[in-house]
Amino acid sequence: MIPVEYYFVLSALLFFVGVFGFFTRRNLIAMLISIELILNAVDINFAAFNRCLFPDQMEGFFFTLFEIGVSAAETAVAIAIIINVYRNLHSTQVNRIEDLKY
Amino acid sequence: MDYSYVFLILLLPALTFLLLGLAGMKMSHKVAGLIGTCSLAIVTALSYYTAFEYFLVQGRDASTGLYPTVTVFNFTWIKFSELLTFNIGFRISTISAMMLIVISTVSLMVHIYSFGYMHGEKGFQRYYAFLNLFTMSMLGLVVATNIFQMYLFWELVGVSSYLLIGFYYPKHSAVAASKKAFIVTRFADMFFLIGILFYSFYAGTFNYDMSLMTPEQLHTLHAAGWVLPMSLFFMFIGGAGKSAMFPLHIWLPDAMEGPTPVSALIHAATMVVAGVYLVASLFPLFIEFAPNALHWIAYIAAFTAFYAAAVACCQSDIKRVLAFSTISQIGFMLVALGVCMPDPETNVVAKTTVEYADMNGLGYMAGMFHLFTHAMFKGCLFLCAGCIIEAVGSNEKFYMGNLRKYMPITHIAFLICCLAISGIFPLSGFFSKDEILVACYNFHPAMGMIMSGIACMTAFYMFRLYYVIFWGQGYYETHINDGAKKPHEAPACMTIPLIILSLITVLCGWIPFGHFISANGLSFDTHVNWTVAITSSVLAIAAIGVATFMYSGKTTPVADYLAKKFPRLHEAAFRRFYLDEVWMFVTHKIIFRCVSTPIAWFDRHVVDGFMNFIAWCTQSSAESIRGFQSGQVQQYAIWFLTGSVALTLMLLCIF
Repeated sequence: MIPVEYYFVLSALLFFVGVFGFFTRRNLIAMLISIELILNAVDINFAAFNRCLFPDQMEGFFFTLFEIGVSAAETAVAIAIIINVYRNLHSTQVNRIEDLKY
Repeated sequence: MDYSYVFLILLLPALTFLLLGLAGMKMSHKVAGLIGTCSLAIVTALSYYTAFEYFLVQGRDASTGLYPTVTVFNFTWIKFSELLTFNIGFRISTISAMMLIVISTVSLMVHIYSFGYMHGEKGFQRYYAFLNLFTMSMLGLVVATNIFQMYLFWELVGVSSYLLIGFYYPKHSAVAASKKAFIVTRFADMFFLIGILFYSFYAGTFNYDMSLMTPEQLHTLHAAGWVLPMSLFFMFIGGAGKSAMFPLHIWLPDAMEGPTPVSALIHAATMVVAGVYLVASLFPLFIEFAPNALHWIAYIAAFTAFYAAAVACCQSDIKRVLAFSTISQIGFMLVALGVCMPDPETNVVAKTTVEYADMNGLGYMAGMFHLFTHAMFKGCLFLCAGCIIEAVGSNEKFYMGNLRKYMPITHIAFLICCLAISGIFPLSGFFSKDEILVACYNFHPAMGMIMSGIACMTAFYMFRLYYVIFWGQGYYETHINDGAKKPHEAPACMTIPLIILSLITVLCGWIPFGHFISANGLSFDTHVNWTVAITSSVLAIAAIGVATFMYSGKTTPVADYLAKKFPRLHEAAFRRFYLDEVWMFVTHKIIFRCVSTPIAWFDRHVVDGFMNFIAWCTQSSAESIRGFQSGQVQQYAIWFLTGSVALTLMLLCIF
């Protein structure tokens, strides 16, 4: 069996890759993908903890499933927003979206 | 009696004001004028109907023999405490019913007249809107159920007067005059407000009608001591400001900058007598608690009447002459009220004896009667002056003379009103002035003689005015080659009000006024006191004779000689005895320099400085943190992450 620490290392790597991507990429789509990476890191954590700590129970898996559903919905909303932003500004560069501060 | 329709008397002009004020610019002149005049015609009809119902249909109460005071409606607007509430209502008493007639009649005449006078003026609709606002406020003032409502409408008439004096606002002098009128009357109104506050503090009510007070309120009034006379006198100062009593009269002559019909309505017939109406409303209080204050009013008013008459003899602007004549006549009315005395036995208004109304209380009826007749003939005189000014294009007597051939109707109307104001039998002025003089002689023979003398001066300066306008050397004839335009009679819409008002002037002296209005409400027959009547008539005729001798010819050698002989006196009277200069000195040199300037320095440097310091603190702290709000999503996210990591670390350290 694969030791549980391997999962944690993987998920931590995935999480920080996602955070790094979220802060550094200027494209909204790329930022969205980064968020998905962060969420996937969380999913892996849930599944791994469930498997090694409470093998008889299913809560962690269900949380993972919920999370996948939620992230799908979030992606749909985010894509809709991005499309509208693109229609209005002809760009998906995040550093150009600063009109709302006024 | 059902008076429920009277709310229309206030509502219609108010609505017309809103309509003309908001939508007037979209209407043509004719439509706006018609709307204003029609609404006023309805108000006039309702006012006449109300007065008719009140005096003749409802009549006197059988048991007391008085006209009952009717409060048609009276709702609470603001509640200060259990006792002290601020009500808005509509109350009909004898004097307010009379005032309804006066105000609506003159206002309607002015509305009709303005069709011709203001024809083609820019802002015609605005003018009618303001006229309606004024009429509403003045009507609200006279039907007030309490002193605070009166104060509210008092300020409203002040505002509409301000707006109408400054009607020709591109003209600098009009703006200055409107500001002067507003500031002077506001200054006086400050005393009015102080008087109201003292009064309501001690009486626990804003009500001023003693017949409607509870015994506890009457008791507290008696317990107030010297505060009550003081508060009543303060209220009179407010009235003196509106009624242009010395030394607060300075705004009225300047107010002649407004359109002439406005001068007729506001500055001759209605608003300026608000002070008289105020004193008449508070009359029982004055008699019972402050008869001495009442006599002081008489002295002030007598001096004002004399001063204004003296100034009127030397003015060259015909509207100024009429303005000073108005001041003088208001002085007469206030003298009449001021010479009333309490009953010697009971020290109050003797409620049950008819003799009281005819002797010590005669001045009350005389003052109200003179208010009524004066409103009619002075309104008519101003409207005549408007026709003349329209015809010759100037206010100065220099441009007039010998106009009687060109303006026959105006000439006759002016002559009738001059005779009336001089007190010539059988015109209305004779009756009212005679009653005032009788009341003055009853008070003190010296007072009577002084007032007779002033009545004689009235006849002189009015006929001086009449002769310099309608007789003498005509400007048109002498300047016909210099392109002087030929004077012409005014159009019908301007002459009809003149005819109506002069007819009223001729007839209204025969109204048995004592049957309707008297100091204690009882009906009494006024009788002509022949000694007084004959002396005053002889004096008036003599004064007219002197005026005829001095001013009716082509040249005026006697007048010129007198002006040369007493140049200082003539100059002083022409400059209104330098009262304006005195006020200028007091306000500019003393108040502005010694009081206002230090206060302004304190305000600018200490108060403003503190506020600026607070603003500077806020601004600089905001400046230093504004970088946070960059609008960059990723920057926000970094701050968010940093924060949450920091929080996590802190929690880890603690636990």
